Amino acid sequence: MDATATGPASAGPAAPEANRISHPLRPGRWLAAGVTALVLAWLAWTIAINPNLHWDIVVKYQFDRVILEGLWVTVQLTVASMAIGVVLGVVVALMQVSDSRVLRAGAMAYVWFFRGTPLLVQLIFWFNIALIFPEVGLGVPFGGPKLMTWETNTLVTGFVAALLGLSINEGAYMSEIVRAGLRAVDPGQQEAAAALGMSRMKIMRRVVLPQAMRIIVPPTGNQFISMLKTTSLVSVIAGADLLTVAQRLYLTNFEVIALLIVASLWYLVLTTVASIGQYYLERRFSRGFGATAPGTLRGRITRNLRFTGSAG
Amino acid sequence: MTPPMVQCRSLRKSFGRLEVLRGIDLTIERGRVVCVVGPSGSGKSTLLRCLNHLEEPQAGRVYVDGELIGYEERGGRLRPLPDARLRRQRESIGMVFQRFHLFPHRTALENVMEGLVAVKGVPAAAARRRAADLLERVGLADRAHHYPAQLSGGQQQRVAIARSLAMSPKLMLFDEPTSALDPELVGEVLEVMKDLAASGMTMIVVTHEMGFAREVGDHLVFMDEGLIVEQGPPREVLAAPRHDRTRAFLSKVL
Ligand SMILES: Nc1ncnc2c1ncn2[C@@H]1O[C@H](COP(=O)(O)OP(=O)(O)O)[C@@H](O)[C@H]1O
Ligand SMILES: [Mg+2]
Repeated sequence: MDATATGPASAGPAAPEANRISHPLRPGRWLAAGVTALVLAWLAWTIAINPNLHWDIVVKYQFDRVILEGLWVTVQLTVASMAIGVVLGVVVALMQVSDSRVLRAGAMAYVWFFRGTPLLVQLIFWFNIALIFPEVGLGVPFGGPKLMTWETNTLVTGFVAALLGLSINEGAYMSEIVRAGLRAVDPGQQEAAAALGMSRMKIMRRVVLPQAMRIIVPPTGNQFISMLKTTSLVSVIAGADLLTVAQRLYLTNFEVIALLIVASLWYLVLTTVASIGQYYLERRFSRGFGATAPGTLRGRITRNLRFTGSAG
Repeated sequence: MTPPMVQCRSLRKSFGRLEVLRGIDLTIERGRVVCVVGPSGSGKSTLLRCLNHLEEPQAGRVYVDGELIGYEERGGRLRPLPDARLRRQRESIGMVFQRFHLFPHRTALENVMEGLVAVKGVPAAAARRRAADLLERVGLADRAHHYPAQLSGGQQQRVAIARSLAMSPKLMLFDEPTSALDPELVGEVLEVMKDLAASGMTMIVVTHEMGFAREVGDHLVFMDEGLIVEQGPPREVLAAPRHDRTRAFLSKVL
């Protein structure tokens, strides 16, 4: 048990008496645990009995069709922008480590711009892109003839603007994460693969990226969880996500707090599910790296739930 | 007449202003085991890496089995080989590294399968059978499903040798294959290399194991400061070095 390992008395290496060590009482720790439990209980109680929180309204709207539709949009936006963001991130990271100065400069400019401006500004910008480019088309660049054109406004709906803004912004952050992952892989790996006769593409795909994944997955999980909540920013461009529909509802029935609680509960559900998924992904990609593999999910949860930690 | 397995002609390589190889001429017949010794920094690794074109030499030529490595000659000029053809050349030259460089995310078996599947396009089932045979050959049949981190250094190096052999190379390059090993693990790797030599493989072995050079080597090359200072039958060179620098080096390692 880890409880014995933390006791100061267990320092001797081969003590046969190890399981008869009496742990010192830790009054400070018990006091802190008691206070924490008390504070939590008090919080739960005030929240439960507070008449201003309108729990009946919360219950009524938690599974409301409009809310569920917003929830679905949030899930779609998150998954799609993360997927595009990860692909962009990988491409830009590969550009950053390429031999070509032009590719490196392009990658740098992208990261510089999209990390350097607020996401909120980017979202509003994409939503109003028609003000700059009323039409988009296929044809010869630099003013040549056009094959097809579309009106920007019909193409870039609220959802599309949200998707563009979120994924392009995400790509900039993801590229930094991917780059750190690539850098962490021993250059000897590429060498060994090249000596076998593997192509550069295959070396990337089969040797370097799978190893980089171990470094890439944990922060990407954080990005995903953060993205679940960041999608709420699209409420400023009529994104029809969870927060937007909650806001629409409370603008008509004035149950501001209750509907914010409804939305928050859903965000908590989503982030919890995502954390569990992150745990399994991390385990998948730490194969072969025994020492640094995360413990079992249950172990991780019980570790955090065991307030006092002393098993004896 | 069959060409020699390896021919280097006035091979030169520098990194920036540092001249690492300053004109290497070397001919190795088929089936020979050539040991390369010399002080650290004398260019031994660089020489091996030029042989499979992991490094691009500034001048000179390398022929393996009569084939010019890394370039093609057209109209009297050398042009870099297209990537696909360079990869074919590398396929037939095995390389074993001091630090093994096994793929840590794959098991021993998967490491040996990797080249077969990813380079030769062998179907997985056939690759698995061949990989299992090779692990058996290096004495690691019972470690097939271990990840590199779960193997000792000696075991990892034997897997690395099996991984190279899977490609059916005609030439094997060893860059200090036992230098990163604990002394008690050196023997098991040398044993595998000895078997390989006995099977007729052409081998170039950079090593500080003079016992191996004397016993298994057909030829000994002593390098210093980017040049081959002295070469000959291992017993002769080791017993009676003619050159001062060889003598100074050998007195340190023997
Ligand atoms: N990629 C490189 N860039 C710059 N210098 C290098 C590189 N590789 C090797 N060198 C230098 O070349 C010299 C010879 O290296 P190496 O061939 O590894 O010697 P050895 O294997 O005999 O110890 C050393 O001085 C080393 O620092
Ligand atoms: Mg070396």
